[in-house]
Amino acid sequence: MAVLSSSLPPVLRRKRRRERARTLAFLSPWLVGFGVFFAYPLVSTVYFSFMRYDGFAPPTFTGLKNWDYVLTKYPFFWQGLGNTLWLVAVMVTLRVAFGLGIGLLITKVRTGAGFFRTAFYLPYLAPPVAATMAFAFLLNPGTGPVNHLLGELGLPQPGWFTDPAWSKPALTLLAMWGVGDLMVIFMAALLDVPREQYEAAELDGAGSWQKFRYVTFPNITPIVLFAVVTGVIQTMQYYTQAIVAGKVASGVIGGSGQQFEPGYPHGSTWTLPQMVYSLGFQRFDTGSACVVAVILFALSMAFTSLLLRRRAGFLNEE
Amino acid sequence: MARNSLRRASAALVSTTCLAVLATACTGTDSGSADDGSAAGKDVTVTFWHGWSQENEVKAINDNIAAFEKKHPNIHVKVVGNIADDKSEQALRAGGSDAPDVVSSFTTDNVGKFCSSNVWTDLAPMLKKDGIDPAATFPAAMLKYSQFKGNQCALPLLGDAYGLYYNKTAFAAAGITAPPKTFSEFEAAAVKLTLADGDSFKQLGFMPNYHGYETSIAHYLGQFGSTYFGADGKSNVATDPTVTAALTWQKALVEKLGGFEKLEKFRTGFGDEFSAKNPFTAGQVAMALDGEWRTASLAEDKPDFEWATAPFPVPDDQAASYGRGYQTGTIIGIAKGSRKQTAAWELVKFLTTDTDAVVSFANAIHNVPSTLAALDSPKLDTDAAFRTFVDIAKNPNSSTTPASVNGGAYQVSLQNLSYEVEAGRQSDLKAGLAATAKEIDDAIDQAK
Repeated sequence: MAVLSSSLPPVLRRKRRRERARTLAFLSPWLVGFGVFFAYPLVSTVYFSFMRYDGFAPPTFTGLKNWDYVLTKYPFFWQGLGNTLWLVAVMVTLRVAFGLGIGLLITKVRTGAGFFRTAFYLPYLAPPVAATMAFAFLLNPGTGPVNHLLGELGLPQPGWFTDPAWSKPALTLLAMWGVGDLMVIFMAALLDVPREQYEAAELDGAGSWQKFRYVTFPNITPIVLFAVVTGVIQTMQYYTQAIVAGKVASGVIGGSGQQFEPGYPHGSTWTLPQMVYSLGFQRFDTGSACVVAVILFALSMAFTSLLLRRRAGFLNEE
Repeated sequence: MARNSLRRASAALVSTTCLAVLATACTGTDSGSADDGSAAGKDVTVTFWHGWSQENEVKAINDNIAAFEKKHPNIHVKVVGNIADDKSEQALRAGGSDAPDVVSSFTTDNVGKFCSSNVWTDLAPMLKKDGIDPAATFPAAMLKYSQFKGNQCALPLLGDAYGLYYNKTAFAAAGITAPPKTFSEFEAAAVKLTLADGDSFKQLGFMPNYHGYETSIAHYLGQFGSTYFGADGKSNVATDPTVTAALTWQKALVEKLGGFEKLEKFRTGFGDEFSAKNPFTAGQVAMALDGEWRTASLAEDKPDFEWATAPFPVPDDQAASYGRGYQTGTIIGIAKGSRKQTAAWELVKFLTTDTDAVVSFANAIHNVPSTLAALDSPKLDTDAAFRTFVDIAKNPNSSTTPASVNGGAYQVSLQNLSYEVEAGRQSDLKAGLAATAKEIDDAIDQAK
């Protein structure tokens, strides 16, 4: 390209330069945004992961000390990583399946579809803190109505947010309650599936499952992948609900001699984003917080690339 | 192609370096100027950030500020309330003309961070210049939590002391005539006061679980006089026998009162700690470990039983130390970056050492005074329940959690172990304590 460009007549070269300048001028707002809000924080995060920095004194280079601390000495990292991956695997799968299921049901409802759409979409609009506190109240093992009802029915009454075996499933339940966003996206996709394909399938004798498997699903595959990719990215950043549920259920307000314990109960709701906050803002260890942030970013990138590659595969098959 | 790649790589390297330089340029705090002219009568306005938010608290601090301004007509104070630590930390990082000159914090655990990072000024030279001997002015435990490794970057501004609240009506019904003084007396009372209700409790003698509001391991350790760190600065939780004793004692008490699971289920039914539904106020527990502020809440909430306070019991083998308790409180300091250090010091000195100011503030918000003179002041609230905590604060055996370079991280480590032990997940206490000590040391090493 460079050789071709230099062999062009001066008039055309000037024209090309002007075009490039114009393109850059149009791109500049995005470039500034990209630089300020993405490139700079990203480079800074990598930079600080090699520095000792408490937020006040100038940073000093410490080599791989922060990485060594986070990966081999910080007692919560691997547990937090495990919890985050658990949430990514289970929460995303169930949210997508549930959102798709609700979408399928509502598109089939003949009367009152508007009511159901609203009923399932409304929880999504509830602020995460309020929704989590409401769930902590409903699922309170001692006083919550859910366990009371389960007791009346003679069923086991789980510890929900207070039992490490139940805390992540309880958070998943909360995530499924707020699945309205996915439901709307899936409904739009489902309504876009050409009716003729269903008619053709019916003529070929396809049943409900076969129609879903061979008509509906191939048509909505790009949307399912979109939901999975965005779900994975969102869940990798899972913070608010986990920290609020832990705080409310533990009853610990904090203060001297009574530190708030993230991850309550027994570290089962620690997530990597909570660690970024805890290390960076509670312990003033910006370096270690940046290590966790870099790992989180790398994992998100890896998952997203993998899923997008799969998406390309799906699209090629079509 | 290779040349293009090289050019792109160089450009990336240059921009990375630029960004990195930019990042470093945004950091660091300015050192303030000592002479602001206020001593010579120049008008100076200092900005004071505090965390109080309730109406009576804000009024009390404003009254004190008004008294200060009357005494120092050329120093004006701009007060900003309801400020949490993370907000003031950000402001101190950013600096600038709107940043606070004087800052207070409810979290004494953060003193180590403030002192070691030099974000708060060392007040020792100012104390010396004005002839104030900290050891003769402030109670030992309070002085301890306001300094780190000899750096007196904060001073105590009212304190909290922890003691025993007991339901006198329930005591009478159970035939108990006096508050327990030792742990064996306490356990016997707790068992006697526990009334079963099916597989739960009609009334529990005491909620020992570590999540039972103020029954944290650190508050229990205050009764044992644990020190947390050895002379070499390393964690001594694995070698200090009082830590093992505390964890063992609590676990045994949990078993005596019904076991972890049963107590946890009862605990989750408790109302909010800072409301009239507090389990002691609601009569769910007959005894509670709590701070002096509860006297004011109980006076306001008026539970349907008689109550009283006493020092929390001590281990039988430390019976002579009865009267001690865990202590903490509010701290106040001067931003290192403040350019009004002289005026700021006058304000801090007034709020922390003027006996009348300390006593009136303590009376107004029902906190323990933070100077020895104020603790002995005849103007101090005479309420008997409150006096218990004044005596705990005066007790030389009362203790606190020491300042650490990484704040309260060492307490989180010990707390986590205590939860594991209590729930029966960690039965090898010796190994658990050794691992916790290593975890604490690693974290402190990382913070240095």
